[in-house]
Amino acid sequence: MAKETARIALTGNEAVAEALRQVNPDVAAVFPITPQTELMHRFAEFVNDGKVDTELIAVESEHSAMSATVGASASGVRAITATSANGLALMWEVLYIASGLRLPIVMPVVNRALSGPLNIHCDHSDSMGARDAGWIQIFSENTQEAYDNTLQAFRIAEHKDVMLPTMITLDGFIISHTTEVLEILDDEAARRFVGEFTPLFTLLDPNQPITMGALDLQDYYFEHKRQQVEGMYNAPRVIEQVGKEFLELTGREYSFFEKYRLDDAECAIIVMGSAAGTTKEVVDTLRERGTRAGMIKLRVFRPFPYEQLAQALSHLKSVAVLDRSISFGAQGGPLYLETKAAMYGKTIPICSYIYGLGGRDFMPAMAESAFNDLFEGKCDQQMKYLGLRE
Amino acid sequence: MASLKELAKRQDIFCSGHRACSGCAPAITMRQVTLAVDKHLVAGLSTGCMEVVSTIFPFTAWRSSFIHNAFENVAATISGVETAYRALKKKGKLDAEYSFIAFGGDGGTYDIGLQSLSGAMERGHNMLYLCYDNQGYMNTGIQRSSATPFGAATSTTPAGIKIAGKQQFQKDLTQIMVAHDVPYVAQASIGFHRDLNKKVTKALATKGPSFINVLSSCHRGWRINPADSLKYSKLGVDTCLWPLYEVVNGVYKLTYKPREKKPLEEWLKGQGRFNHLFKPENADMLMTFQKYVDHKWNTLLWKCGEIKERPE
Ligand SMILES: Cc1ncc(C[n+]2csc(CCOP(=O)(O)OP(=O)(O)O)c2C)c(N)n1
Repeated sequence: MAKETARIALTGNEAVAEALRQVNPDVAAVFPITPQTELMHRFAEFVNDGKVDTELIAVESEHSAMSATVGASASGVRAITATSANGLALMWEVLYIASGLRLPIVMPVVNRALSGPLNIHCDHSDSMGARDAGWIQIFSENTQEAYDNTLQAFRIAEHKDVMLPTMITLDGFIISHTTEVLEILDDEAARRFVGEFTPLFTLLDPNQPITMGALDLQDYYFEHKRQQVEGMYNAPRVIEQVGKEFLELTGREYSFFEKYRLDDAECAIIVMGSAAGTTKEVVDTLRERGTRAGMIKLRVFRPFPYEQLAQALSHLKSVAVLDRSISFGAQGGPLYLETKAAMYGKTIPICSYIYGLGGRDFMPAMAESAFNDLFEGKCDQQMKYLGLRE
Repeated sequence: MASLKELAKRQDIFCSGHRACSGCAPAITMRQVTLAVDKHLVAGLSTGCMEVVSTIFPFTAWRSSFIHNAFENVAATISGVETAYRALKKKGKLDAEYSFIAFGGDGGTYDIGLQSLSGAMERGHNMLYLCYDNQGYMNTGIQRSSATPFGAATSTTPAGIKIAGKQQFQKDLTQIMVAHDVPYVAQASIGFHRDLNKKVTKALATKGPSFINVLSSCHRGWRINPADSLKYSKLGVDTCLWPLYEVVNGVYKLTYKPREKKPLEEWLKGQGRFNHLFKPENADMLMTFQKYVDHKWNTLLWKCGEIKERPE
């Protein structure tokens, strides 16, 4: 294994670009938006230096980026794009078309707050806005995971039982712009892992013309949506299988979520993305003080692993869910609502915390205060905020 | 150049079984245009009448490969298809020869899709963008588009007592495309099938992007007899509202000059959407419209080198 990997220092954006270089997709559509911009700068360098043979389309908007990616993917090639925040929002209409046409597009999303007011820093409101678009959503804690998730995403999206577009996310600036040491596979090993892409259907089969994106009325639309659900239903099996193969190759373990000191925990926090790293520190500190704290870092938000999650949480006294996005008028953040639904019928108190909107730092003291609430039995229906001036 | 007889013998790519109204000029456009294709074809369509009538799942009126994505992005979609094609060719994974045509209605082209069209033309994809211009959003119930002519009554510009129809002239999209410096731009009409066929053939042989704007009446929207589709497609040209010309690498050329320029009224009259213009109180609107057409026509004549003096 050792000779197949190397340890290098890269930013999150560079690490994802590196994974994309190794995959060498056929077509990439690009449009700049902070904090994703540098990801595609790096990739464009690979294109222009001949390190990949990708055809790059520098489109005039994200709407066209996703539209061109749909056109390319429907033509039977590996097609990618990447975006953030308003760019993702501008793609919204076409995200549904990508999944409705069952196109295995892979798209890194560098998480950023949605306007307005204008803000370029990290939160998860962009991905959450797309949560019902029929895309698989995989979150990353750090640069290493952003790299690893990118490679795995192709295998998941392209699996014949899944055939769904997949977005992998990394927290804007916190991961995208932080240089970290990570382990990367050598090109051969990465390529072997990702494999060749054989499309199930293509517009460019001269012997078999096809019609894609037909008008789908009362007669069939419902059935087609049901088939999409089937792809989502099959995804967990594939995500696990791909994770296992990745473990064999790299020694790094990936599933729907990571349990951190959870098995003997009394109370736990659920969180996604880079805040998991901070929370782990706090769990360790609390453990040193003799408090039985634990954590779950959710990796796969769509399809939501409700059964596994409910099982993993079943022994706890109470649970706090930390959301880096807000759902106006709802009882709590999107992750909270999902967790609460997964735990329906169980009597464990679950409470909602909103943190880090618009790039507000997530500090250890915030995770600690949530834990304090849990251990003091202050886990109620009230949605709370961490690090907010009231 | 294929004659109509020869064309009629070719297998239709846009074939029977679609659900367009009888006498639908856009459907005739689709058929005539695709008849000129002699390679494999991937056609794209923006949302609109032609998409809706030709691909009702599980049926399709397309013998070629076909993709519909959304209303405003057919140019970007075909950009992606054409790019994928180049990627596959480069890697030696495909050797078949293909043509790529993005079709859009005027709404999907002049209005909501203009950005995507402009982007695709600027990037130089090897594709033909063909707009079937029926001068309104017909699929959603005859609303005005920026291609709707001055004075026309539509469901968003009704011939009211205070405001009589559309108050603005039609946008000159063909000129906007010329300004993109694409190698081939043309205007055509299904009333002149040989001219249309020739233009499509030229456009498809052009390396890089090309654009053709085809006047294609909608008898529902224009309030004409379905049997008169070709008549009005011809009259639009003979009244010089819709001149037939092409711009090849920036050089303008009229491809048809009416022997005698007919008064605009001949095109207007009989179209229910212009009935109110013939009321005495709207006489000045008729004049305004005629003046506009004259000026545009004379300017085009000057651009084509047919007259020396640039009209004032
Ligand atoms: C984003 C979006 N807005 C609005 C619509 C509704 N819509 C569908 S077709 C259409 C009009 C199409 O007009 P045009 O492009 O001129 O084609 P036609 O129907 O006249 O053939 C509209 C407004 C849509 N499908 N998508």
